[in-house]
Parts: sequence; structure tokens; C-alpha cells
Amino acid sequence: MSEAMHTTSAVSAAHGEHHDEHHGHHKETFITKYIFSQDHKTIAKQFLITGIVWAFIGGLFSVLFRLQLGYPDTKFPILETLFGHWAAGGQITPEFYYALVTMHGTVLVFFVLTAGLSGTFANLLIPLQIGARDMASPFLNMLSYWFFFGASIVMLSSLFIQTGPAAGGWTIYPPLSALGEASIGSKAGMDMWLIGMALFIVSSLLGGLNYISTILNMRTKGMSMTRLPLPIWAMFFTAVLGVLSFPVLLSGAILLLFDRNLGTSFFLSDIVVNGQVLPNEGGSAILFQHLFWFLGHPEVYIILLPAMGMVSEILSVNSRKPIFGYMAMLGSMFAICILAFLVWAHHMFVTGLNPFLGSVFVLLTLLIAVPSAIKVFNWLTTLWRGNIRFTPAALFSIGFVSLFISGGLTGIFLGNSTIDIHLHDTMFVVAHFHIVMGVASFFGMFAGVYHWYPKMFGRYLNNTLGYIHFWVTMIGAYLIFWPMHYEGLAGMPRRYLDKRGWVSFSQFGDLDKMITVVTVIVFAVQLLFIFNFFYSIFKGRKVTTQNPWGANTLEWTTPIRPGHGNWAGEIPEVHRWPYDYAKDGRDFIPQTEPVGANESAH
Amino acid sequence: MEIVSDQQRKKIHPHKFTLWVAIGSIIMMFAGLTSAFIVKSNQVNWTPVAMPKVFWLSTAAILFSSLTLQMALRSFKQREMGTYRLLIGLTMILSLVFLALQWAGFRDLWDQGVRLKGAGAGQFLYVIFGLHALHVIGGIIALVVMFVKAFTGRIKIYSSVPVEVMATYWHFVDLLWVYLLVFFIIIGR
Repeated sequence: MSEAMHTTSAVSAAHGEHHDEHHGHHKETFITKYIFSQDHKTIAKQFLITGIVWAFIGGLFSVLFRLQLGYPDTKFPILETLFGHWAAGGQITPEFYYALVTMHGTVLVFFVLTAGLSGTFANLLIPLQIGARDMASPFLNMLSYWFFFGASIVMLSSLFIQTGPAAGGWTIYPPLSALGEASIGSKAGMDMWLIGMALFIVSSLLGGLNYISTILNMRTKGMSMTRLPLPIWAMFFTAVLGVLSFPVLLSGAILLLFDRNLGTSFFLSDIVVNGQVLPNEGGSAILFQHLFWFLGHPEVYIILLPAMGMVSEILSVNSRKPIFGYMAMLGSMFAICILAFLVWAHHMFVTGLNPFLGSVFVLLTLLIAVPSAIKVFNWLTTLWRGNIRFTPAALFSIGFVSLFISGGLTGIFLGNSTIDIHLHDTMFVVAHFHIVMGVASFFGMFAGVYHWYPKMFGRYLNNTLGYIHFWVTMIGAYLIFWPMHYEGLAGMPRRYLDKRGWVSFSQFGDLDKMITVVTVIVFAVQLLFIFNFFYSIFKGRKVTTQNPWGANTLEWTTPIRPGHGNWAGEIPEVHRWPYDYAKDGRDFIPQTEPVGANESAH
Repeated sequence: MEIVSDQQRKKIHPHKFTLWVAIGSIIMMFAGLTSAFIVKSNQVNWTPVAMPKVFWLSTAAILFSSLTLQMALRSFKQREMGTYRLLIGLTMILSLVFLALQWAGFRDLWDQGVRLKGAGAGQFLYVIFGLHALHVIGGIIALVVMFVKAFTGRIKIYSSVPVEVMATYWHFVDLLWVYLLVFFIIIGR
């Protein structure tokens, strides 16, 4: 798949000349404007709306398997009506359960929080905040979306085939995922998973290449790297992580495709399925885990960094104060970016990893606490004694900081290889990564949507619905995931669909019921958000001022509904860093304003 | 806009830069595969493979094609379009020769009895050299486009950026091949 990308990069470079001339003066048809658009803002909206559709699907899956976990005895006849033999007798079958958890993970990690999050905001914010008319290569950018769309189609159709989608967990470890005879979730659904992910990887590589070269090459005059708003730095590090780690996952996926379809044994050895000895010899299943987690761990930061960057910006704007420790923020993001590549084996402590090697990975893992703590400190000190405006975006940002702290602390438990012997593959892990990576990044994404919605659509989201959305989601997230820590400490394993057989876990029956009820409520509130989103596109309160939040960054110097090319006249020149809030008795000083004679530059 | 283009003149062209990042990305994929190879080669049941001699010929072909493409770039810059067309055509032919020789190498291995069953050096070789060949095919498609444009090009802009991007990519695929060959000779035994 990747060769397609390289070809297109070479070909589009070969066609390079006429892409530089697009500034929106020419006539656009419906198709070039809304479908095969090369405008970064439209591509951002395409990513966002596709991401919302996927988030609905992935969220719905979690509601379904929570029904099973909370009410293992109860029959829901509607499930049989909807899903037929997958929910025979109104109860979710084991095969269906595994398919649901696998696709829930895949969809949310990759299709929502990678493509939906950085695809949306990197596309929207990079040209607008660095002062560029579009990406370095708008054509590659368009391809990036359409590869994502193709990946979505393949993944979505895998839900409807007779043997169902992939069902070996989102980490698709072989040998289970390599052998169709081992589980129906490893039949055609798994091939479609791999093909879908290969397309997805091409999409995110094309996007990442563009983000990096746009940030480094297309900044407006005066926009030095240290005058970049923090979301841009975050997107930059995210893109670097993606460009360096996704190809490694692709190599693992290619080897797995060979094992599945062409009889090689890269990951297979000494296997007996249903009493049949398989001929495969000499492979190593652990090898796949290394290849997978070499992507898999940076992937966590690919998800989290854009949220961190946007939260930094939104907190500064809404507490009317400069961001605390701009350089420390950069340094800590850089440190996270480096460390992200050096900790993958902490996912493999119990695979028979050499304990000495394990201790090295423990050290490197715990080191991540240092830049993370710096960032938390800086967010809190930015809020400290600020003149805070509690807009929905600000609330979601504060919620992000809260979740990042609580989820991050449990990471210290799991990063210790000895404690991990007890905690690995329990609900504790589920609680940890959902809070710190899943919900926290979702909060960053919501914050971004509420904050930049006026720029995207020229209208505001409804605030009241926004506050309801925030409070229910915030309280709900803690009610859902906090109790899972207790279950995990008691040893309750993840991925099990029915724990009634264990006396030690039956005490958690009511707790699981509570979690399920809250899950349904939180899901319903997300539907409220989706309603708010689509309703406000057409009927929301109109934006009447160019700079509704009183922010310094360049996107608020564009027209309220910017055309392709962003600025009607010349691109503004930048004279200062983006965080001059409450300076010299002024509420805010935009980046475009020259530094005065009596003023010291930051 | 003039401000920006003034500023960008001093910098590397965005398309070239994008290519360099893409090269970094391709390197990571092959690094992943070759390190998987190293890990596996230290485990039991490892079956080595004898490198077919024909790969030396293909190495010569791709090295020579790099040379002709570099010369094509030089003649493009000197606006000698006749020489440019000739050299880019020659590069295309050499690249197709490379592919044919790779195919012959694969046939040679297959005839030695190296099949897809198993997990030794031979299977890795099929996957890794095959992926490299796909990258070469990508380059050849771009070369063909460039070749056609050299004859039918109506736009009379003498920007050498597309040719430079093409040459950089091609040299990279060339060096990648040399790395893979040396890698297999040293570690694949």
C-alpha cells in the first residue's frame, strides 16, 4: 500500500507547479468545493464529520458490550431483532462480544482519536495559525482524506460480512489473528481489518508528511518557531511520531497478511488447533508484539499530544493569561516525543521479557512522568489567579487536565514491571488507558470543537447544551472508569464477557450494573452533542465579530467565513509570540501588532 | 503572497522537504522489517539462503540508472532537452531491466526450492525485496509520467524541482537496494 503513497508524492511533486497558484479566485463546483476539495478547512471538516460518524459507531459498540457486562442474566429481545444470531435469545454471544470490543478499540483509537482528532485540527489549525494559504501540498492532503475514507469503507463493510469483523482484540496478536480456523473473528474480517489499516496508515502518512513540511516551510514572515502557538507544536510532534512509527506497524501488518494467506510462518510456531497440529514452524509471536507496540506506544501520544496542544491554547485564551512556561511546554513535548519510542516493551512485561531489560523499560517509562508533571504544573499555573471565562471549551480543557492527572497517576502503577504482574490484563489497565488516553483526548477534541467551531462554520454551538454535555460527560467518565480500578486491583480480568463463575468477582455485580447505566446516560449525552453540532451548522447563533474569544493567534485575523486562501489580502506579518494576554494593562495583544517602543518582547 | 514567496526562496522547496520526510518514513518500514529479520535469524529453525548471483547484475543496473538520471537532471538544468529526453528514456529502460533481473532472482530462489512455507531468510527475502520492488515500480510510474511530459510538455517553465524530486527519490531507492543487498549478504548467511 505504501508504494502508492510514494508514487503519488513523486507524481504530485512532478505536477508541482500548478498547485501553488490556487487562491480561491477561480470558480468552484459543488464537487471541487465539498467533495474532492483541496481546501484544508474543508478537509478538516470532512475528517471531523467522518470522525463523528465513527465515534457514534464505536460508542454504540461499548454500550452493547456494557449491557452484557452489567446484565449478564438479562435478555434483551431487541438485540436479537437487530443483530440476529449474533445475539441469539437476546443475549450477546461470545463471538459478538469479542468482535464488539475489538472494533470498539480499533475504531476509537485509530478512526476517531487519530484521524478524527489530528486529521481535523492539524488540517484546520496549521495553515490558519502559521499564516499560510494552504498546506504544502493540498493535493496530498486531499488524498489523505480519501485514503481515510477508503479505510473507513473497508472497515465498515467488515462489520457486515457473514463471519463478522476482526475479533482478536484491537492489538490483533498472532497466532489467534493469523489462523482463521482458530476463531470466526480471524477469518475474512481480519483480512479486511489489515487492508483497512494499511489504507489508514497511508492516509496518516500522507497527512503527517504534509503537516511537517507545512509547519517547517510555509510560516508567514516573522513567525519563528518559538512564536508558534502550542497547538502547532503539538501537531508537529504528533506528525513526527506518526511518520516514524506507522510504517513499522505496516511492516508487521504485511508480515501478518503473508502468514494468513500465503503460508509463511513469521509469527507462527508449534500450534495445535482443535487437535490438529499445524505445519507452521520457526515463527515468533512475540516478534509481532514488538512490531505492534513500536507503533502502539507512540500511538498513545499521537492521540494525546494534539489534545495537550489545544488545551494549552484554550486555557491561556480563557484564563486571559499568558501560557505558563512556553519553553517548558515545548521541552516537555519534545521529551515525550523521544521517550515515546523507548518504552514500547512496557506493554510486554509478562511475555517472558528479560527482567533486566524490563527494568530498563520501567525506568524509561517512569521518566515520562517528569515531562507530564511539568505540563500539568504549567496548565495549573496558567489557570492560577486567571480571569477565567468558563466557556464550554474552557470547561472541557479543565476537565482534560483533571483526567490527565488521575489517569496519569495510575500509569505509574502499571509502569512498574513487578506491580504489572498483578495488574496486567485486568480492568485496572482498562481504567487507566481509558481515562488518560481515551476520555482525556476526547475532552481535548471537544474543547477544540467548541473553541474553533465559530471559525469552522461561522456560527456558535449552543452553550446550554454544551454545559449539559460537559457536566454529564465529566461526572459520567469518572463514574464509569473509577470503579474499574477497584475491579482490576481485585484481579478481575479484562476481555471476559461473563465473570459470574468467580466468587471473588461476584461482589462487583452491582458495580458493573451501575457502570452500564452510566454508560448509557453518557452515550445519550453524546447524541445531544451530535445534535448540537449538526443543528448549529445551519441554525446556530451567527458569529458577528472577527475575533469572538479575544485571542491573539492568526486564525482570528481572517474573515469570519474565510475562503480558500484564508486571507483576502496579504498574509499578515507576525511580530510577537501568541500569548500576550493581560500585558501592560491590555487584555490581549494580537500577534500581528508590532512590539511598541516602550514594550519588551517576550 | 509576495512576502511569503520571498521568504520561501531561501528555504528548501516544500515538495523536496516532503520527499525527505517520506524517505524517513520508508526507512522506518524497512528498519522494522530488517530488525525483525535480525531477531528471527538468532532463533532456532533458521534456514539461511544462498543469494542468487543475478542480484549483482540488478545492482549494476540500478546503480547505472541512478547515474543516467543524475546526468538527465544536469542536462535539464542546462536546458539541453534532447539529451534530457535521451537520458530519462535510458533511465527508464535500466529501471525496467532492474525489475526483470529482480524477477529472475526470485525465479532462481524459487527453483532452488525456497517456497513461501516457513520463516527463514528466503521468506524474508521475498517480502523485503518484493516491497522494495514495489517502491521501484512507484518510481518507474513517476519516470514514465516525466518521460511523457518531456515530449508533450506544453508548459514552458524550466523549474527543475520535479526532476530533482524524482532524482532524489530514485537515488534513495537505489541506496536502499544496496543496503538490503549488503544486509542479506552479511546477516543472511
